[in-house]
Amino acid sequence: MNWLHALLIVLVLVAVPLFAISRKLGWNYLRVTALLCISTVMLLPFVWLVCAAFKDRTVMNEFTFVPPIKTWVGDHVRQEVDGNVTFRPARDFAVPPKPDDIIPGTMNVNNFRKLFEVQQTAQGTVTFWRYIVNSLFLTCTGTVVSLFFCSLGGYTLAKYRFRGRSVLLTFMLASLMVPGVVFMIPNWEIIWRLGWMDSYKGLLIPGAVSVFGMFLFRQAMLDIPTDLIEAGRIDGCGEFRIYFSLVMPLVRPMIGAFCLLSFLGAWNSFIGPQMYLQTQAKLTLPVVLNQYIGVYSQQYGIFLAGTLLAIIPPAILFFALQREFISGLQSGALKQ
Amino acid sequence: MSLTTPQGPAIASVKEINRAGDILKPRGGPNNSYRGPRWAPYIFLSPYFLLTALFFIYPLISAAVLAFYQTNGPSYRKYVGLENFRFILGDPDFHTAILNTLVFACGSVFIQLPLSLALAMMLNARSDRFKSLFRLAIFAPNLVGSVFVGILFMMLFTPRYGLFNQFLQTLVGWGLEQRWLADPSLVMPAIIICTLWMYVGFNMIYFLAALQNVDANLVEAAKIDGAGPASIFWNVTRPAITPVATFVVVTSTIGSFNLYELPFTLLQGSGPNNSGLFAVTYLYNYFNSQDLGTAAAVGWVLAGMIFAVSLIQIFLSGTTRRDR
Repeated sequence: MNWLHALLIVLVLVAVPLFAISRKLGWNYLRVTALLCISTVMLLPFVWLVCAAFKDRTVMNEFTFVPPIKTWVGDHVRQEVDGNVTFRPARDFAVPPKPDDIIPGTMNVNNFRKLFEVQQTAQGTVTFWRYIVNSLFLTCTGTVVSLFFCSLGGYTLAKYRFRGRSVLLTFMLASLMVPGVVFMIPNWEIIWRLGWMDSYKGLLIPGAVSVFGMFLFRQAMLDIPTDLIEAGRIDGCGEFRIYFSLVMPLVRPMIGAFCLLSFLGAWNSFIGPQMYLQTQAKLTLPVVLNQYIGVYSQQYGIFLAGTLLAIIPPAILFFALQREFISGLQSGALKQ
Repeated sequence: MSLTTPQGPAIASVKEINRAGDILKPRGGPNNSYRGPRWAPYIFLSPYFLLTALFFIYPLISAAVLAFYQTNGPSYRKYVGLENFRFILGDPDFHTAILNTLVFACGSVFIQLPLSLALAMMLNARSDRFKSLFRLAIFAPNLVGSVFVGILFMMLFTPRYGLFNQFLQTLVGWGLEQRWLADPSLVMPAIIICTLWMYVGFNMIYFLAALQNVDANLVEAAKIDGAGPASIFWNVTRPAITPVATFVVVTSTIGSFNLYELPFTLLQGSGPNNSGLFAVTYLYNYFNSQDLGTAAAVGWVLAGMIFAVSLIQIFLSGTTRRDR
């Protein structure tokens, strides 16, 4: 990785004269350079992940990013000379290879192929598609349901005056302080008593209303002029209709921010599904992929291929909602 | 949306005229809120009331009761008084877990948050074409779940072959052979580095939002009066971002106390010599061995500590002082 040294030297060589010419320009240049370096460092693990997901099992550890291009395609034989790994084409007839030594190209999609292989379980056969569908279903349902309840609750807290409102707000703030670990055991017991073990009810229903989400929406909705709601009432809107077709369109950025946060949380949640789900065909992506790394099997390549696939949905959503996410957080979440 | 620009509301009936008259009456109340029908707020909040009763209040009471029992799974229980608390408070493993958790919490408050703030201030400069690109790059790790991050970093920390080790070797000429996850003194730095990568972007977004509250005119005025960057930061920027900073400090402390998934996957257990044993890992171990009473007691001790720490932080920040 001597390219890194070279890059640093070049950056310093360019920065010093610039700084000498103009102090302001120099600072700005330093700032952008630093941001560039930091962004590169933050993205390096992703680059590594993409490379590793396509690397053959046999060369997983040998190369930092990718093996030499000429070994990517075609059968090769792996050989170690003085601790350095090299490859020669398998068609080298001077030294006939043993069949076990042949690698079908150092870069291939075998990890993905193995990931999508049919698994035999006690309850029948399962493919990886099933887990993707499970995760998507759980996450989307959970996000939509909690979006509805949290925005409705937040609207009520922001725009209605009713007996006990300030007590309720204080109670909610205090309940945010109680850490989730306290509820882990009793909730498990309740789910067990209700007979919701091994069903999605146990994951969806307790998470349907979150106090944090209600506060996010409350903060955003405090800014909506009360006159507007009064006008809606005079025009004959019902209470629910005021919320749904008058207030909700005005907090679109917050809806985006909430959806993204809620989606990320549900998509990557591990402890809940791990505790409440038992049937293999019902499991979600994080739990299933974690099974590839355990005491008995350490199939890193397959795990990384699955991780790469699991990043795609949140990434798409983030790209779609990026603007709303930032402005949503700026618009309401953080005003005191 | 047509309602935002009404050319005069269409009033049809006497009933509605009366209602409109009602609205014109001055309304008391500090925050501009609206009194609809009596039933509406209660109906709208009923899902919250129901779920809170079932999944907040009942578990809270149940956890309080459970902490005084010795259990073996959900069906067997025996009253033991304060024995569970006495046991965990005297358990050296619990002390290790709490110490590790506190060290980690300090790490995330004193290392991660200043870095997030620095990044936010670097990004916040005006006229920057690449702002959204940098923001995206720094936020990107949040798209990966902590389970995935744990195993990913387990591989990045591999001695000799891991990306992180090679990176360190290239940059500072040290660290190629370091066994980050097997050396007790390096486990905590490894976890802090890992969470730094993961969460620095998220906190940066919060600080970026907070920096919008800084009054640009005030900054200009301070500059004209000859204030240096440090003085501007302390006297103009700091007061403007204090509420958000308090929020971020409190949430990231609570988050550190709740850390579980990352060490669980990164270390596949509690690390060498329990150097990666955290409070929730400790709790989960008792949960796994069906000793729910002890686990509930641990939960209560933790809750007490988090509550105390959060209150101290909020008090120190001075955001509770309304009158000045």
